[in-house]
Amino acid sequence: MTESGKLMNGAEILLECLAREGVDCFFGYPGGVTLPFYDALYESHIRHILVRHEENACFAAEGYARATGKVGVCCATSGPGATNLVTGLVDAMMDSIPLVAITGQVTSKLIGSDAFQEADTFGITRSATKHNYMVKSIAELPQIVHEAFYIAASGRPGPVLVDIPKDVFQARGHYTPVDSIHLPGYKVFTEGHAGQIRRAAQLIWEAERPFVYAGGGTVLGKASEELAELVNLADLPAVCTLMALGSLSSANKNFISMPGMHGSYAANMGMTECDLLIALGTRFDDRVTGQLSAFARHARVIHVDIDPAEVGKNRVPDIPIVGDVKRVLQKLNKAVKELEPEFGSKTAAARASWWTRIRDWQAEHPYDRSRAENEIKPQHLMDEIDRLSGGQAIVTSDVGQHQMWAAQLIRFNEPHLWINSGGLGAMGFGLPSALGAQMARPDKLVFAICGDGGFQMSIPELATIASHALPIKIIVMNNGYLGMVRQWQTLFYNNRLSSVELDCFPDAEKLAGAYGFKGRTIDKPWQLAQALEEAVKEPGPYLLNVKVTRDENVYPMVPAGGAIHEMVLGPPQPVEVA
Amino acid sequence: MLQTISILLENKPGALLRVTGVLSARGYNIESLTVAKTLDPQLSRMTIVVDVEDRIRTQVVKQINKLVNVLQATDMTDTPAVIREMVLVRVRCPQDSRTTVLKEAEIFHSRVVDSSTEGFAIEATGDPEKLDEFIEVMRSYGEIDVARSGAIAMSLEARKLRLQPPVPAPAAAQVL
Repeated sequence: MTESGKLMNGAEILLECLAREGVDCFFGYPGGVTLPFYDALYESHIRHILVRHEENACFAAEGYARATGKVGVCCATSGPGATNLVTGLVDAMMDSIPLVAITGQVTSKLIGSDAFQEADTFGITRSATKHNYMVKSIAELPQIVHEAFYIAASGRPGPVLVDIPKDVFQARGHYTPVDSIHLPGYKVFTEGHAGQIRRAAQLIWEAERPFVYAGGGTVLGKASEELAELVNLADLPAVCTLMALGSLSSANKNFISMPGMHGSYAANMGMTECDLLIALGTRFDDRVTGQLSAFARHARVIHVDIDPAEVGKNRVPDIPIVGDVKRVLQKLNKAVKELEPEFGSKTAAARASWWTRIRDWQAEHPYDRSRAENEIKPQHLMDEIDRLSGGQAIVTSDVGQHQMWAAQLIRFNEPHLWINSGGLGAMGFGLPSALGAQMARPDKLVFAICGDGGFQMSIPELATIASHALPIKIIVMNNGYLGMVRQWQTLFYNNRLSSVELDCFPDAEKLAGAYGFKGRTIDKPWQLAQALEEAVKEPGPYLLNVKVTRDENVYPMVPAGGAIHEMVLGPPQPVEVA
Repeated sequence: MLQTISILLENKPGALLRVTGVLSARGYNIESLTVAKTLDPQLSRMTIVVDVEDRIRTQVVKQINKLVNVLQATDMTDTPAVIREMVLVRVRCPQDSRTTVLKEAEIFHSRVVDSSTEGFAIEATGDPEKLDEFIEVMRSYGEIDVARSGAIAMSLEARKLRLQPPVPAPAAAQVL
């Protein structure tokens, strides 16, 4: 406990700020210029998790933030420490994850002199962050740190970096309580336009083929309850994007699945054929819309988003509503309820036949869950993980084929369970983000589903996981390829497989054993269920290397730039030669 | 088509870079940029002239408006506004054409700010197209050097400046 009247150094003031922001743990890697900070940390009650690479500190902080909805915090030293954070910062930027990154900087008088471990962190991270700061004096430190947390968490969330020169850590001063934050240019729009909300409610009843397109904003805006209420009130079919899985529970009867490049047939056909698209906290990303001119071509569009720059960026909506999705949905639901007696029955027949079409699409082309007799199909692996999770476990992933199969086949009954690098598509995200998620939610079963490529980018963090005995179940979906790149080379580059084969993979049992926990490799379908159960039962970490069918492709697939209703549903069928 | 954007922003280190970053990240080349402090020394007024595709003009202004340091960004291209620029021209001219040069300068309402046996230094202001003509005319009299200020713009509409009021910092005020 620190008193604000006490004379402290900058490092202690920073810790005071972090404590007041409710930070209980953060992820980092010390270095020369952050020595004064780590010295102060020695006596702090805030936990510091020493990762093995700064990029992973950022990914872990993201995992923490994504699993809790709180601001994640990471820390790195100047120069290489700070530059190593950049991928994680951009990742947080792309997925709008609230994050505060603290970096050390060389002593003020050395800045610009090419000092040892100096880099222009402020300049380098300008476009990688929502906002960034360089602290010039100890007097402005508390104001800046509290502003950083406010900016990271408010509006459309994102990463904020605070660069602190060594002499600011060392200078002595007082913690001045900050009771208000004044950023005259930082506009946060929350309420939504009442008239537009009313019109939206009316459109929702008038539509014959309405369709809800829920995005990551419904998770970030903690609007799950309101989303479910809307969907139930007007019996609307709904899809959740890759960033929104779990926001509407997979158990909800109106949940269709994920739309987009590897989305389901029903989801993509629903988007294409609907006459009203209700887009909530989403940005009409190219991986969702495919060819824009063919996307939801018959539909009027209601677009709710907190970021005015997203509204009309890719698709011009008929009803733009700039506001916080939770607040807007509360009002929209109220209006929908009020208008029900007037409009509710008029479109009932059309709605019923719309639902029939959707159910038919679902029945015609469900996701492929095929199994094989002698090898483990990737879909089989995801099915088994889904069985053990029951919609309850936290699942993190890397980027690629395994990510898509996991998103297709694993159910999520709550938000904050599915954690993946959506916008940036950063490999090596799965393992460190699982680390952060498990730190935040020690009560939860956490699966880190990695590809054999992404896993090998994050092997150093096995040490961190072992050192904290985090009971993460690391499942490597091992097909010996950079699978998604291989899939594209197969389909679009005449199967000329160029630098995609990962022909060497460590022995999982020995690798895990080297860090002091259990590991195993399996390759037969009859081993799968039992091996996964054993992993889950293990009180500590577990590394399960699952060798799967090597050349399986993810379907459905919308070729890049294609219209989503023209998705390829499966591999070309062999033609019989007479 | 050239777009003129007027921006009111906080006078802070890096603020200029954030604004130009929105443009450079999209591959746009800035034609001209002026910036100076306003009546309130904590704020600066910036005018940028840039060639942005019509399709994304609104988007660019929205992205600039999103910057924490930016209070207001306005597209002045299609709104009533006065857009002016200043140019300094040094023209070397032979003795026999001095009078004609002075006459031309007068036609453009420009001022001679320096005179020597070599020629003149002339200051002119006006809208950018007018200055183009002025420069062309001066060039016909001899070798010239030119320094242009870049355009500054003033809207002729009363625009309401909507600023975010201070918010309480609950987390920060919390006593442990």
